[in-house]
Amino acid sequence: MAGIPHDHYEPNSGAEKWLHKRLPIVGLLYDTIMIPTPKNLNWMWIWGIILTFCLALQIVTGIVLVMHYTPHVDLAFASVEHIMRNVNGGFMLRYLHANGASLFFIAVYAHIFRGLYYGSYKAPREITWIIGMLIYLCMMGTAFMGYVLPWGQMSFWGATVITGLFGAIPLIGEPIQTWLLGGPAVDNATLNRFFSLHYLLPFVIAGLVAVHIWAFHTTGNNNPTGVEVRRTSKAEAAKDTVPFWPYYVIKDLFALAVILAVFFAVVGFMPNYLGHPDNYIEANPLATPAHIVPEWYFLPFYAILRAFTSEVWVVQIASFVTGGIIDAKFFGVLAMFGAIAVMALAPWLDTSSVRSGKYRPSFKWWFWLLVIDFFALMWLGAMPAEEPYASFSLIASAYWFAYFLVILPLLGVIEKPLPRPATIEEDFEAHYGKSSDATPAE
Amino acid sequence: MFKKIALSALTALSLTAGGAYAAGGEAHVEDFDFSFEGPFGTYDQMQLQRGLKVYTEVCAACHGLKFVPIRSLAEDGGPGFTEDEVRAYAEQNFEVFDEELDDFRPARPTDHFPENNGVGAPDLSLMAKARAGFHGPYGLGINQFVKGMGGAEYIASLLTGYTGEEKFEAGTTLYENHAFPGGWISMAPPLSDELVEFDDGHDNSVHHMAQDVSAFLMWTAEPKMMARKQAGFVGVFFLVVLSALLYLVNKRIWRPIKHPGH
Amino acid sequence: MKGTPLHTGPETSQTLCDHWVFAALVAPSNGANLVSHADDHEGTRRDFLYYAAAGAGAVTAGAAIWPLVNQMNPSADVRALSTIRVDVSGIETGTQLTVKWLGKPVFIRRRTEEEIADAASVEMSALVDPLARNANLDASADAEDANRALDETGQWLVMMGVCTHLGCVPIGNAGDFTVEGVGGGWFCPCHGSHYDTAGRIRKGPAPENLPVPPAEFVDETTILLG
Repeated sequence: MAGIPHDHYEPNSGAEKWLHKRLPIVGLLYDTIMIPTPKNLNWMWIWGIILTFCLALQIVTGIVLVMHYTPHVDLAFASVEHIMRNVNGGFMLRYLHANGASLFFIAVYAHIFRGLYYGSYKAPREITWIIGMLIYLCMMGTAFMGYVLPWGQMSFWGATVITGLFGAIPLIGEPIQTWLLGGPAVDNATLNRFFSLHYLLPFVIAGLVAVHIWAFHTTGNNNPTGVEVRRTSKAEAAKDTVPFWPYYVIKDLFALAVILAVFFAVVGFMPNYLGHPDNYIEANPLATPAHIVPEWYFLPFYAILRAFTSEVWVVQIASFVTGGIIDAKFFGVLAMFGAIAVMALAPWLDTSSVRSGKYRPSFKWWFWLLVIDFFALMWLGAMPAEEPYASFSLIASAYWFAYFLVILPLLGVIEKPLPRPATIEEDFEAHYGKSSDATPAE
Repeated sequence: MFKKIALSALTALSLTAGGAYAAGGEAHVEDFDFSFEGPFGTYDQMQLQRGLKVYTEVCAACHGLKFVPIRSLAEDGGPGFTEDEVRAYAEQNFEVFDEELDDFRPARPTDHFPENNGVGAPDLSLMAKARAGFHGPYGLGINQFVKGMGGAEYIASLLTGYTGEEKFEAGTTLYENHAFPGGWISMAPPLSDELVEFDDGHDNSVHHMAQDVSAFLMWTAEPKMMARKQAGFVGVFFLVVLSALLYLVNKRIWRPIKHPGH
Repeated sequence: MKGTPLHTGPETSQTLCDHWVFAALVAPSNGANLVSHADDHEGTRRDFLYYAAAGAGAVTAGAAIWPLVNQMNPSADVRALSTIRVDVSGIETGTQLTVKWLGKPVFIRRRTEEEIADAASVEMSALVDPLARNANLDASADAEDANRALDETGQWLVMMGVCTHLGCVPIGNAGDFTVEGVGGGWFCPCHGSHYDTAGRIRKGPAPENLPVPPAEFVDETTILLG
């Protein structure tokens, strides 16, 4: 394995040697679990483990739910009630799965913003970042299709509205929408294919996660200083790092236990808080609920989708230039996917030579404004599409794009960064005092 | 009374979930006190039994409970009837169509409560979870966090929220109700004082009956609430203990790294 | 200490390696460097902490696995059907009712005096299967007619309608052991097993009498199955 120099697994006994010669799986596990990890990681570096746990939780609870669920328009809603009322512990499995999706997204947003602040996306970690964005897209697809399965009112109308986004694509949009739905509207064919894909995508995510981990195990973890681990020799690398096991495994498990305690409190005492009451009404293609609101984790991008109405001058210009091909509806769809695309392009849009936001005095302000902007968009996505929310949404959406397309490129040129520690060891000692290498502990 | 309800409900065809909010306007939902609120709250067995009686004698005329198995009346954490009581209740109150017999027969505990929406009355199985009594403020969900989702409060407020005003519109009689979004509902006031006689002589004013039947409908919507809270407690307890231990282990193993030489 | 950087507090990682699953992986070669903490107060406390944390973790993980196993057990709706009540008030003497219980047919026959007499007159030595196969009686009860019938009068015969040979459903009032002009007796059309008026195997490939399921009268006209 490439990366930071460290000791590798060496088989000792005959059996170990026998296996290692044929399948070096123990070596792979050893290198993965003993990977040298910067010793100055802070509490924002826990989310990767939380996310891995979420993926496992969702796959495991999902597989057992499938044993009782029926993907048919006449039976789906009733089969969910069967799970809630008859299946042993079914109500917990279902609430864990439904709220597990929320935990998954809380963790992924924390993970993404951690990366944005500490410049984890910058060279040489672009691939890790891009794979991460792909994982995020797959998560959104999986969550969206999973929400359709209970076949409540929000399931049905959410599916109608979101697949309608594809209908906004000029010329080929409607055939694509029909193809996605398997008919002129959301119906049994849609439910069945969404069920199939909802079951498939998590395994695609699992594969991408393996590549994500592989990528950053090759480059090494970023860390709060953004200063790279010294890797000229094993001894020098060891001054900047500790092995993942047991130091970070225990730390991450502690964080996981704390977060799960909160998660269990939500599941046990307020499992429907993050859901929508309308989804306890069986899907009815003849009556739309008054307020269709996506799940909270889609709200920021939903707000961006709605922000660009035909009165916005950018939309009017786009429409004029393209001869009407890009209308307001299509513009909104482009803006929504564009909002994720610009984030994915951050490694090339950020011109600063300094990796960590810790040493970038003005970047910090813009970054925290982006965080506030994200929450504002989330709130605006849940508000009715009327004034003053529409104007706020437009401003907030504009800032999202401005941050990536204007501020990140310019800031790297004009900003004067603060002095940074030369090594991770130096940063660590600044916190905890100087180590004296030769002194035995205690 | 039954007849009146049935007749007025006949006019309720237009009532749908969507229509419920269509007219807009702020509805007033009273924050009733229910025994099942909060992490320690449990269902009040006697209240659920009274609520079942109100449902059976009043609501069942128009509204079904098609997702609720009758046998669940005898399950833990519910109204706590014995199996014999449930069997007698099912036989006496409901008939179901048996496909094997190709005929109607008295209901058994293994049957569900009948479906009943022939007059446009929505099924009540999940009503207490399909409505939120509390919202906001400003879409922030703080009220729902503090007071709960308020489904049962919404139902109770609706049942007690009639003002007595009526109007005839588009072939339908509408009744003014200040808990109903839009203010006018097509369901005639279903309850009146002393409509249902309780075996234990409990207060049968509209207010109390409304609260009892709302508690019952919360149970039909979430029959496993007690088991769920228990699982929540066990889970939180174990995880807090585990967190504390892992915190100490973490501190311990990092000490030589963070404070070498101490 | 393979894989542990040089500066790491040596005995901490070693103590960990002693007690945690990775011991086999991490510390195979240099046991000589291990410092014993057996009589070290500090070490004992540390060991206890590690054991407690590992124990709590194991308990939590175990508690998480049980629901995943238990959800595959029969659900409440299925369990509720494991006992059913059958109204037998409509069954005339000499007729039978077939009901479904646990997914299988159950024959409930109200036998005539002739059928009872016919069954009671059979010598035990003439029976292929000498055991009653009655779930309500001791497993060693013999197959005399009184041990097959549900009630003392011998009128009610309740048994699984599944041939003990290969699981077909036998036909009623048929076979070599039906009482002429009265009825009773069963015949399995699949491989020609003949059962007498007490449902006992008399001829053909079936090895055992038709089993009597757990059943009892809960009132004059209701049989509780299961």
